[in-house]
Amino acid sequence: MTSLATLPPRPGTGGRIRRLLAVPDGVYRGALGAVAALFIIVLVAFVTALVIQARPALAHFGLSFLTSTKWDPVHVHYGALVFLVGTLETTVIALVIAFPIGLGCALALAFGIPERLRVTLGPAVELLAAVPSVVYGLWGLLVVAPWVRTIIEPALAHITGGHGPFSGSQLGVGLLLAGVILSIMILPTMVAISRDVLMAVPDVEIEGAFALGATRWQVMRRVVVPSARAGILGATTLATGRAMGETIAVTMVIGNTDHFTHSLFGTTQTMASLIANEFTEATEPFHLAALIGVGLLLLVVATIVNLAARLLVRSVGRQRALGIGVL
Amino acid sequence: MTDPITIPATSEASPALAEPVPHGAVMSLRDVSVAFSGKVAVRDVSFDVPINQVTALIGPSGSGKTTLLRSLNRMHDMTPGAVVSGSVKLGTLDVYGPTMRPTLLRSRVGMVFQRPNPFPTMSIYDNAVSGLRFNGVRRKALLDEAAESALIAAALWDSVRDRLRAGAGTLSGGEQQRLCIARALAVEPEVLLMDEPTSSLDPSATKRIEELIGELKDRVTIVIVTHNMQQAARVSDSCVFLLMGEDRAGELIEAAPTSKMFNAPSDSRTEDYVKGRFG
Amino acid sequence: MTIMAADPVLARRAEIQQIAEATDHRRRLLSSLALLACRGCLVITLIPLVALLAYVVIRGASAWNWAFFSHLPTPAGIPGGGIWNAIVGSLIIDGIAAAGAIPFGIAAGLFLAESNGRFAGTLRLATDVLAGVPSIVVAIFAYALLVAHGLHHFSAVAASFAIGILMLPVIMRASETAIRGVPSMLSEAGFALGASKATIARRVVLPAALPGLITGVLLAVARGAGETAPLLLTAVGSQYFSVSPTQPMAAIPLVIYGNGIQAYPDLVKIAWGSALFLVVVILVLGVGSRLLAARLRRVRRD
Repeated sequence: MTSLATLPPRPGTGGRIRRLLAVPDGVYRGALGAVAALFIIVLVAFVTALVIQARPALAHFGLSFLTSTKWDPVHVHYGALVFLVGTLETTVIALVIAFPIGLGCALALAFGIPERLRVTLGPAVELLAAVPSVVYGLWGLLVVAPWVRTIIEPALAHITGGHGPFSGSQLGVGLLLAGVILSIMILPTMVAISRDVLMAVPDVEIEGAFALGATRWQVMRRVVVPSARAGILGATTLATGRAMGETIAVTMVIGNTDHFTHSLFGTTQTMASLIANEFTEATEPFHLAALIGVGLLLLVVATIVNLAARLLVRSVGRQRALGIGVL
Repeated sequence: MTDPITIPATSEASPALAEPVPHGAVMSLRDVSVAFSGKVAVRDVSFDVPINQVTALIGPSGSGKTTLLRSLNRMHDMTPGAVVSGSVKLGTLDVYGPTMRPTLLRSRVGMVFQRPNPFPTMSIYDNAVSGLRFNGVRRKALLDEAAESALIAAALWDSVRDRLRAGAGTLSGGEQQRLCIARALAVEPEVLLMDEPTSSLDPSATKRIEELIGELKDRVTIVIVTHNMQQAARVSDSCVFLLMGEDRAGELIEAAPTSKMFNAPSDSRTEDYVKGRFG
Repeated sequence: MTIMAADPVLARRAEIQQIAEATDHRRRLLSSLALLACRGCLVITLIPLVALLAYVVIRGASAWNWAFFSHLPTPAGIPGGGIWNAIVGSLIIDGIAAAGAIPFGIAAGLFLAESNGRFAGTLRLATDVLAGVPSIVVAIFAYALLVAHGLHHFSAVAASFAIGILMLPVIMRASETAIRGVPSMLSEAGFALGASKATIARRVVLPAALPGLITGVLLAVARGAGETAPLLLTAVGSQYFSVSPTQPMAAIPLVIYGNGIQAYPDLVKIAWGSALFLVVVILVLGVGSRLLAARLRRVRRD
């Protein structure tokens, strides 16, 4: 009984090689599976390596690693709380700005502009996501920081009387600027995913609302946004994860001081900026281990947030390829 | 600027009608055409919608029945490129006139869709009163009263009265459609447009809704689109037969009381259709 | 003929209509204002984009000249420096990273596209986890593996390793999507002819998925090219020209980062020029990938 492998080769096609390459299905699947397994192994090795490297510091400082606010390479005392708070603060500021604006922008893109405008403006917003972090940092530091220092911070201090979150010296760089730059960076994520889930709300629901005499805003507010809320929450959570992990842009504009600040105008550090700043200079052995410990902490926090986001977004059935939403 | 609910004693008889409408028309169409981006979908339709009766729009698929229905409550406003010409009147008001506000129009001319579309994030109660809330009604007593009345009229009250806070998704298909009917009724419209309301339902749910339609016509005037002739024969008082012409635009062939349309139609094409020879 | 008001339905109807009339103007005004606010948000979102690109173009273009592209960096204060070593360095680092990540990513994507079992589910989860890992943490891993141990000093391959890991999830997901998008009719025809799975993959599925694969790869490369954090801990940059992968190497993002925070204006100028260069490269990759993919699809349809 003839099979493909024993038929005479077609002229000029290198029959023997073709037969060699007719790999049995088992081998093929096995090879692919091995590649896939390798990937998981690398991931596991990744986390393990981090834990191993960080262990000296974590074991030595124990729980105080998380709760202490002193980060002192000179006196060999490491506590990561300042940076955890710094990461959370910048993220919260970014979200407070990006959530309403992002949602409003998504609503405009989905329902507020004619079709032909949407086709050009949609990709324009996604263009924001294509700009590398370091370019945001450069622009933030050299262009926006002076504006913040000379216009925005004085104005805010003037309006609020310069108390509490608006007190202190006005440097331009600092928490406020970092939060603002971060918000710009996470806007495309917010907008793109929210727009998709808003537009995925079935037309019949929208028509039903209009047929009852609702205005456009009533339809958006009472029908579309509630229907899309899981996806919008997923978009927000994803944006949160991105904000937490953002390194370079934040490092360039946050001012880089290792202590808390009570004012938006003040400077501090995030977990990511700390690592970026001190890693290559760390000579003292505990220092490096402590930095890796901070990295581990960052990994844990960011991963939890990201998995939560994936769950929310997938539950809506959105298969938009996150991470391929660049350009 | 409310139009008081007075009905003209007679309506102008249009040549397309077999005989003058006895009780007066709550809506009337004259030479209504609908085109989408230049392509005509429905051409020069004229007929009257008699008050407190069921008028069925019948005809094979593609004849423009749904398009025509949607022109009655200005649903085509939402479609870019759609143009509605001719005259559509609600009482003496021009539906497409410059002073007519679509939101108010739709509180007087309600709609039920082909597939049940209750708002999934709202409870049964909230669905029922959603139309009222959209129109600015806040008074709880009025909301409760209208909701109960509408749910009773839609033969749903007994099943849901104890679970008004439950989500609309807990209802069966037929019940969801009746919820949509209740939702539309709660606003107390004068006209209810129904676009093939039973085509996605099973036979028993269909039967219940057909019974409902008979009960509702004292309360609202009903215009129903159906591709099911037997249903038209069962529920309607008069019919309007539409057919697609050579230019692929639907036109009105005949409008007549149901008994005449099915037993002694004037036009041979009507006869062919109701006898089931095509469509 | 007027209606008697004793009927509760009619009484309600009258009351509802009256309320509707009275509130209509306010409701429509609110709707218009809200829509205006949303459109305002759209404008607000686009303003930083315009502002950023404008500044990058204006300040960056003024730095562009022949010396900028062809010279090596000069010490601070001495004009005429360039980024030639950084251009070459980025090419080498990203090239090695892509050379590793592309076959790996496509193979894994192919696996995912063809399977649906628990293992595949775990793999997808792992991809999602990896996609969300901050780049600085990936950098630590590359450092631990290849700098602290491995070669015991900073090197370009360590950077390539880190960037390759960052590229991987993008390529995997794009590959899976592209391969799943190939109509099953095609591979079924192959089966019917008796070909093995490997052959079908190689000769039918992958070629058909090529447009999507190319887009995914180019986007991954664009993302990798812009990463700075991984480079900070691994290749650390250099003032000299080097093509040796086992040594530190200059790279464009590092030039932007390193020079941008300096006090010397000519160094800052180089930072802007490099920023413009990077943005242009990424734009070209992104737009180019779309055009190429569209072109390939058209060719195939014929």
